Amino acid sequence: MSNFYKDNPDIEKTLDAVDLTEVAGLCEEGFRFAKEYDFAPVSAEDAIDNYKRALEVCGDIIGNRIAPTAEETDKVGNILNEDGSVTYAPGIKLAVELMGRSRLSGCTIPYYLGGLNMPCTILTACNDIVSRADASLMNIFGLQGIAETINAFASEELKKQYVPKLCDGTWTGAMVLTEPDAGSDLQSVKTTAHQDENGVWRVNGVKRFITNGCGDVLLVLARTEPEFSDGRGLSCLLVEKCPQVKVRRLEHKLGINGSPTCELVFTDAPAKLVGQRKRGLITYVMALMNGARVGISAQGTGIGEAAYRAARDYAAARKQFGVTIDTFPALRELMSDMSVDLQASRILAYYSSKCVDLENGLTKKFEALKGSPEAQAVRARMKKYAGFNKMLTPMAKYYASEMSMRTSNGAVAVLGGSGYMKDYPVERYLRDARITTIYEGTSQLQVVAAIAGVMAGLYREVVADALEGVQLTESLKAKYGGVLALMEKLDKAVEFVKGHPDGKMYHDLHARKLVDAAIGVIVAALFIRFAAKFPEKEAVLDFWCETRFPTLIGELVKAESGYTGPVVKFETLAPAVTLAD
Amino acid sequence: MKENCKGRAGGYNCVVCIKQVPDTKKVTGEAMKADGTINRAALPAIFNPEDRNALEAALSVKERYGGTVTAIAMGLPAACAILREALMCGADAAYLVTDRKAAGSDTLATSYILSQAVKKFNPDLVFCGRQAIDGDTAQTGPQIAEKLDFAAITYLEKLDLDGDFATAVRDIGTGVETDRVKLPALFTVTEKFGELRPFDVRRVMKYKKAKAPVENGGAAMEGDLAIGQLSCDDIGCDPERCGFAGSPTNVNKIVSVVLAGGDYKEIAPTDEGVKALVDELAADHTIG
Repeated sequence: MSNFYKDNPDIEKTLDAVDLTEVAGLCEEGFRFAKEYDFAPVSAEDAIDNYKRALEVCGDIIGNRIAPTAEETDKVGNILNEDGSVTYAPGIKLAVELMGRSRLSGCTIPYYLGGLNMPCTILTACNDIVSRADASLMNIFGLQGIAETINAFASEELKKQYVPKLCDGTWTGAMVLTEPDAGSDLQSVKTTAHQDENGVWRVNGVKRFITNGCGDVLLVLARTEPEFSDGRGLSCLLVEKCPQVKVRRLEHKLGINGSPTCELVFTDAPAKLVGQRKRGLITYVMALMNGARVGISAQGTGIGEAAYRAARDYAAARKQFGVTIDTFPALRELMSDMSVDLQASRILAYYSSKCVDLENGLTKKFEALKGSPEAQAVRARMKKYAGFNKMLTPMAKYYASEMSMRTSNGAVAVLGGSGYMKDYPVERYLRDARITTIYEGTSQLQVVAAIAGVMAGLYREVVADALEGVQLTESLKAKYGGVLALMEKLDKAVEFVKGHPDGKMYHDLHARKLVDAAIGVIVAALFIRFAAKFPEKEAVLDFWCETRFPTLIGELVKAESGYTGPVVKFETLAPAVTLAD
Repeated sequence: MKENCKGRAGGYNCVVCIKQVPDTKKVTGEAMKADGTINRAALPAIFNPEDRNALEAALSVKERYGGTVTAIAMGLPAACAILREALMCGADAAYLVTDRKAAGSDTLATSYILSQAVKKFNPDLVFCGRQAIDGDTAQTGPQIAEKLDFAAITYLEKLDLDGDFATAVRDIGTGVETDRVKLPALFTVTEKFGELRPFDVRRVMKYKKAKAPVENGGAAMEGDLAIGQLSCDDIGCDPERCGFAGSPTNVNKIVSVVLAGGDYKEIAPTDEGVKALVDELAADHTIG
């Protein structure tokens, strides 16, 4: 039993390093809410103190109450009852209740709808804490995107009807997108919605792999315009739990067993239109999906934290050949790598969340200032961060999810035979981590989303932003020189790929190597920012530059090799599989 | 009001007595001074665990039946930290009883001073933790009840209210006892009642700014950010019954007992052998 915020100083330090001062001012709209709500902060300092106190509440609930239930939750999972209802594992039920009571379930929702009006970066930190205890809980707690989507796009009437009960834990929600034939390709959604003779929207169709599909408030992507067969024909509809929505099946999964994954059948289910027709996929789901990706970057980070801790703790106690195994250089290297990997994931997730907050906050500010002389400068910064986020959000999701795989795999290695047994939680971490590189867009799709920014050289602007106003010591300046050198190599590789005669094929084949190198330089810049505030981080920066840069340079060499084997010699390298008879 | 909660119109006024204690789970070599008293500087100060359960009992009464919850702590100004926590959890008001005259109070003097403070609020129900982890006496709660002439129900696990009566389930070690008692009454609460609800973060944001005058240059804070402050005079205490003057308890001697392994004994793996072992352990009160 432990407070998962207080026992993990890296969270607070990372928040201090990214610095939420400007974000706090934007979220609080110049601290005007303090007049209306006696709990709203009066200054950035007050707001940031509130953020930390909220995380302390989160750390207490999660560390002391929920973490002890995670093993049972994994074992019992959810039950689909005969009447079509779903019973959560007891730990999940308790968590929904406690997180609702604390109002953390409305972390980013405005005060007037019952939320805490906190930035997305704080929700990221909450999700980090939650996922350390039980990654599957994040799938339900992290569904705050449902309330956010209603808040951002629905009518005032719908907001007031649904959002407060999502904030206080009375209701939970689900985003209902995937279908048997529409996974990564959501444009081909077949579920339909039409208006009946009374003007009520009715939804019909089958949805699959729906996280928390048994929830009370479902945001459903459905085709309202049959004349369009692509994304332009899709709208977002709100369906309340009702007899016309049946949970037909719960999936049996490798991991995240506390999260009910439902197959849903809609039969003339009554619905309410959210926002405007035709904008379902193009605007609303894209916004929801971006939020969900930020959530997964936190989930991966939390799983990595749990796995690293389990490994480090075990290695300090386990004796072989008369000494504890944490004295062996090979294991020291493995665990250092896990720890630095985790810290990189955290700073990238928090910094990219901050950029989302800046984009959102500056958008609101711009709208308020429209027509005034300052508006253009605000708009320029808003556009800058909007551009960053198209690249950074997928990078953070990709990096954290792949890190959680490496770190949980490393933890099983450190525990050896014991790690393979159900007696220790590390096998659960490994199973839970596996989904993070798949859902909300696979790693390959995150690379596709991030590569445009990399090809445009956006990493240079991000590095400049990360180091803006940071006072560098002589030692940090020297290390920044190393980052610049890698960036030059990356520039060259980008130019090579751009000019390659095989065009798109070559670009797609090597995109991941370029994205990895860009992440390498961005994380290095963020570690420099961190080390300027907390000198002990310089050792982490050194490790990053010494061990990661050579690998990344090697990947860039591959990208510049002109080699196209996997595509042109595919049938030879990966022969088609046949049956003997 | 939820189902099966009869209660009564207007709800109930609850007072909870809470104490700030050194965290005895974090005892180190420096925890005890040479004279055998606690070195408070070496231990973090926390909300006494069972007082948290007592606060939960009061808040659940308010939630089910309506009414108010007032938290009272006696101690140094630092005890305001737990009063703020009580407000963050949902208490309506908080009072610090602080006075040099109260220094050195044993359970008799403490319960006298607290009973005088409690009286001021004219409560229907008073809740205390079963015992504090620093003294482990479990005396203060029942002694407050005695001075107020309230019924005392100790080891509370569950509580239902109906008009002017309470039905209380209490833990009696080997089972439970259900009592019906006329209000006003005092209850001492154990962890079996249930854990204290989490803070509502909005209340945390608000009440982090609550202060008693002693923390605020002598001035009272405005509105409900004010933690009330009471001296022994404010609550009409007889100085002879407070502090050292009112405390007959004398600590004669404190011994640091170090348990160490000694001789061992072989028990025959038979029914008789086991019975002899159990009898011996029962005879020296190790078990039973």
